[in-house]
Amino acid sequence: MHSKSIVELGAALRAGEFSSVELTRHFIQRIERLDGDLNTLITTTPEQALVEAESADQAVKAGRAGVLTGIPIVQKDIFCTRGVKTSCGSKMLDSFISPYDATVVERLRQAGVVCLGKTNMDEFAMGSSNETSFYGPVRNPWDRERVPGGSSGGSAAAVAARLAVAATGTDTGGSIRQPAALCGVTGLKPTYGRVSRFGMIAFASSLDQAGPMTRNAEDAALLLQAMAGFDPKDSTCANEAVPDYSSTLEDSLEGLKIGLPREYFDAGLDPAVATSVEAAIEVYKRLGARVIDISLPNSGLAVPTYYVVAPAECSSNLSRFDGVRFGYRCKEPKDLEDLYKRSRGEGFGAEVKRRIMIGAYVLSAGYYDAYYLKAQKTRHLISDDFKQAFERVDVIMGPTTPTTAFGLGEKMDDPVTMYLNDIYTIATNLAGLPGISLPVEPVKGLPVGLQIIGNYFTEAKILNAAHRFQQETEWHRLKPDLSKQS
Amino acid sequence: MQWETVIGLEIHTQLATKSKIFSGASTAYGAEPNTQACIVDLGFPGVLPVLNERAVDMALKFGVAVGAEIASRSVFARKNYFYPDLPKGYQISQFELPIVGRGSLAIDLEDGSRKVIGITRAHLEEDAGKSLHEDFHGMSGIDLNRTGTPLLEIVSEPDMRSIKEAVTYARKIHQLVVYLGICDGNMQEGSFRIDANLSIRPFGQEAFGTRTELKNINSFRFMERALNFERERQIDLIEGGGKVLQETRLYDADRDETRSMRSKEEADDYRYFPDPDLLPVEIADQRLQSVKLSMPELPDQKRRRFESAYSLSPADALMLTQSRQQADFFEKVVGNGVDAKMAASWVTVELAGALNKVGLELPQSPVTAERLGGLLRRIADNTISGKLAKQVFEAMWNGEGDADQVIEAKGLKQITDSAQIETIIDKIIADNPKQVEQFRAGKEKLLGFFVGQVMKQTQGKANPGRVNRILLGKLKG
Repeated sequence: MHSKSIVELGAALRAGEFSSVELTRHFIQRIERLDGDLNTLITTTPEQALVEAESADQAVKAGRAGVLTGIPIVQKDIFCTRGVKTSCGSKMLDSFISPYDATVVERLRQAGVVCLGKTNMDEFAMGSSNETSFYGPVRNPWDRERVPGGSSGGSAAAVAARLAVAATGTDTGGSIRQPAALCGVTGLKPTYGRVSRFGMIAFASSLDQAGPMTRNAEDAALLLQAMAGFDPKDSTCANEAVPDYSSTLEDSLEGLKIGLPREYFDAGLDPAVATSVEAAIEVYKRLGARVIDISLPNSGLAVPTYYVVAPAECSSNLSRFDGVRFGYRCKEPKDLEDLYKRSRGEGFGAEVKRRIMIGAYVLSAGYYDAYYLKAQKTRHLISDDFKQAFERVDVIMGPTTPTTAFGLGEKMDDPVTMYLNDIYTIATNLAGLPGISLPVEPVKGLPVGLQIIGNYFTEAKILNAAHRFQQETEWHRLKPDLSKQS
Repeated sequence: MQWETVIGLEIHTQLATKSKIFSGASTAYGAEPNTQACIVDLGFPGVLPVLNERAVDMALKFGVAVGAEIASRSVFARKNYFYPDLPKGYQISQFELPIVGRGSLAIDLEDGSRKVIGITRAHLEEDAGKSLHEDFHGMSGIDLNRTGTPLLEIVSEPDMRSIKEAVTYARKIHQLVVYLGICDGNMQEGSFRIDANLSIRPFGQEAFGTRTELKNINSFRFMERALNFERERQIDLIEGGGKVLQETRLYDADRDETRSMRSKEEADDYRYFPDPDLLPVEIADQRLQSVKLSMPELPDQKRRRFESAYSLSPADALMLTQSRQQADFFEKVVGNGVDAKMAASWVTVELAGALNKVGLELPQSPVTAERLGGLLRRIADNTISGKLAKQVFEAMWNGEGDADQVIEAKGLKQITDSAQIETIIDKIIADNPKQVEQFRAGKEKLLGFFVGQVMKQTQGKANPGRVNRILLGKLKG
C-alpha cells in the first residue's frame, strides 16, 4: 500500500478499495516503526491527520473527491502551519507555533491531502546534507551512514522510505533536487514565482521556491497543480496561467532538442555518475530526442555568486529572530544588546551564523560594490547563458549532483566542499528556471539523479520529459531495503 | 562676526491611507497598544509585504504638486538595523531610486519676495513602532500599532538661509500635503515630523559649515526654538574656538535644548540593498496622467483665483487659502450670493475667532457655511444691521436655528419704513431742543447722539442709512 503512487492510491480510494483513514493509519504506523532511526520528521501530527483523513473519506463518499483527496503527505518544516510547531530546523523556532497557514499548506489542504507531519531539514534551509538541523541529521534510507542531502533531506528520505506518499520541499540552491537525487525520488523546483512564498520561512527571497517531492513525475504534476498559481499575498508570485500539467505528460518526445552543457560533465563529476546519466540520455535518444552539445560558459561563477547573494538576503531575512516577539529568548538578559547577542548566538547554529556574517559583510559599506553588486552582475551573466542556450534547445540535461550520497559527517568541517555539492543545481536558482531531478541507474546501490532544466514556466515540458523516461525505465520504482540495519 | 545660517529639512509625512503600506492592518491613530498590528507588521516568519497602491498614488500627487521628476521605475530597499520597535530588523524604504526626484516649492518671504526651495527627493517608506520607556519599571514597552504606516520622506536642498525661511518652508509643505489630502497634518499625533540639518558660515563664505541634524521636532513652535538654540550653540562653539561635530542631536522641548544622540563615527551602517520581496514600482504614463487630472487646486493657484475672481486683497486671499477647509467654506458662503469681502471678513474674523475661543476646527463649526451665507444675505438686503448680525450669529452658534428663524424669534427685523422712523425722529427732536440748537450752531458731531437715541428707541433695529438721511434732513432743514 505504501509503495503506491498518488495516482494509484487516489484511484483505489475513489474505488472504495480502502479508506483514507486506513491508509493514514498505515503510514502513521510506518512512521512510528521506522522514523526513530531515520529521523525524517521533526513533528508528527497523527490526530490531525486522522481528522483530515475522515473528512477526506466523507468527500469520497459524497463524490467530491479530487485527485489528492485523502493522500497522506508530509510538509517540510519551513512551511508555516496553523497551530503546529514550525521550527525551520532551528532551536530559534523550537517553541514557535505558527498562527497561520502558508499558502502552500492552505492550497494542499483545500485539495484534500492528509498531512502526517513536518519534515526535518537543514537549519533555515542552509545546508546540503541535513546535518545542520537542530533536530539531528536525517539518515539516508539507502545507507544509514550516509546523508540524504539537503536542505529538504527529511522530505526526500520520507518519500524514499515510504513514510509518506509525497512531500513538499523548497529549493534555494538545489534543496529539492539534490536530496531527491541522493534519495532516489523525483523532485521538482518550479520557475521562480510559480508557487507562492507566503508563509514559507525565507532563506534567500530571490532564490527560494517550493515544489513537490514524489515517487514519480506523474505525482509531481498533480502536487504542483495544487501548489502553483498566483497569490496576491506574494508580490513576486507570477500572475501567469497554470496549465494542466497532467494532460501533456504523454506527449511524444520525437524531435525534442536536449542540450548537454559540457560544463556539467567536467572533471568534478564522478565517472560512475556520468555513466548513469549518459545511459539515461541514451533512453531519450531512443525516444526520438536529439542531443546537442551546448556551453554555459559562466557556470563556474554560479557557486561564488550564490554564496554572496544568498547570505546577503538571509542576513537580513533572519534579523527578525531577535528574541523580542517569538522564538528563542536567552535567559535573563542584562540589557537589550545582551538580549540580541545571546538570543541569536544561542538560538542559531554554526552554519546559519556563518552565512549571516558573510551576508552582513558583503552588504556593508565599502564592500557592497565589490561583492553584492558584482554578484548581481554575474547573476545576469549566468541567466544570459541559459537564455542563449534555450534559443537552441528545448531542455537542458545533466547530472543533479557530482557524486552519490556522501557519508554523515564527511563534509561538515569543510564548508566549501559541501557547497560544491550544489554545483549543478545552483545556477538554475540564480536564473529562476525550473528543474527536476529523477532517479536513473544507481551506482553501488546508491541513487543517482538526472537533472532536466527547462525554460521559464515550462514545468509541463520537463514533467513530460521525466514521465516519458519513467515509462521506459524502472529506476524510480526501486526502494531501499529498510530491514538492513546499519 | 556675522553668521549666515544654512538649513535643509527632512520631513516625514504619514500618508493618509486607510491601511498600512505593506499590510491590510488599519492605520487609525490612538488604538490600544498592539491591536493594529497584523502578522505582516509583526514580522512573523514567512510573511511578505504587498505594496498599498494608494500610498504610491499619494506620493505621485506630491511629486506632481512640486513639479518633480517622477521615476518611471523606483525600488524599495531594506535599511537594516536592530531595534525592538522594528520587528523585521529592517525598515523597507527607498534608497538609490526614490519615487519622487527633483522638484521645488516657492515660499513667500516677509519682504513680499518669493524664494524657490529645491526639493531633492521624496521617497516612500514604512514607519516603525513606538518604544515606551515610561511606566514599565526599568523595562521598555513596545507598541507596534504604528509599524508599517506609510511615510513620504520629503528631503529639501540646503536652500534655507534663516530659521524664518525654514519654518515658512515647513509650514508650506504642511499646507500642501494637507491640501492634497495625502496627510492629515496632525503634528501632535506625529503625522508630520521634521528633522532639520543646520550649519552656520561667515557671510560671504561659499563652503558650508559642518552640520548637525536635529531630530524629534513635532511642532512649528518647537522647530523655531530648536533651530534657534542650535544656531546659538554653534556660534558660541565656533566663536569660543571650538569646532562643530557632525552629529545627530535630539531636541528636548521640556528643557528647550538639543543634545547629542550619536556622532558620525558612531553612525550605523544600514547595509541597504534592494528588497527582494517587492518588485520595482513601475509608473506608466497613463497612471501619471490620471494623477495629474485628479489634482486639486493648489494653495498658490487658489490664492491667485481668489484675488481675481472675488476681487479680494492679497492679504485676505492669503488668509482664506491657508487651509483648503477654510477656502472651501468661504466659497460656500459666497455661493449664497453675498459680497465676497464681507464673507471673507466673517469667515476669517468672526467665525475663526469663535472657533478659536472654544478650540474647535472648521468642520465642527456649529454654524455651517450655508447658514453663515444666509445671515450675510440678510445684512446685504438690509433685513438686519451689521451690528445686530453679531447677535444673530451668536444665537445661530448656540443652535437657535438659521438666520431668518433667529431674526423672527427675536424680532430683530430692521425698521426700514421711513414714515415710522420719521415719527420717532420728530419726537426726539422735540424732546431735545438744546442739542438741536447746538447742532445747528455747528456742533455736527452731535449727530451721533441723535442716531443713538433712535437706535435706543428701536432697540437697534432702525436702518442706519435711513436714520442718518432723515435726521440730517430734519436737523439741517
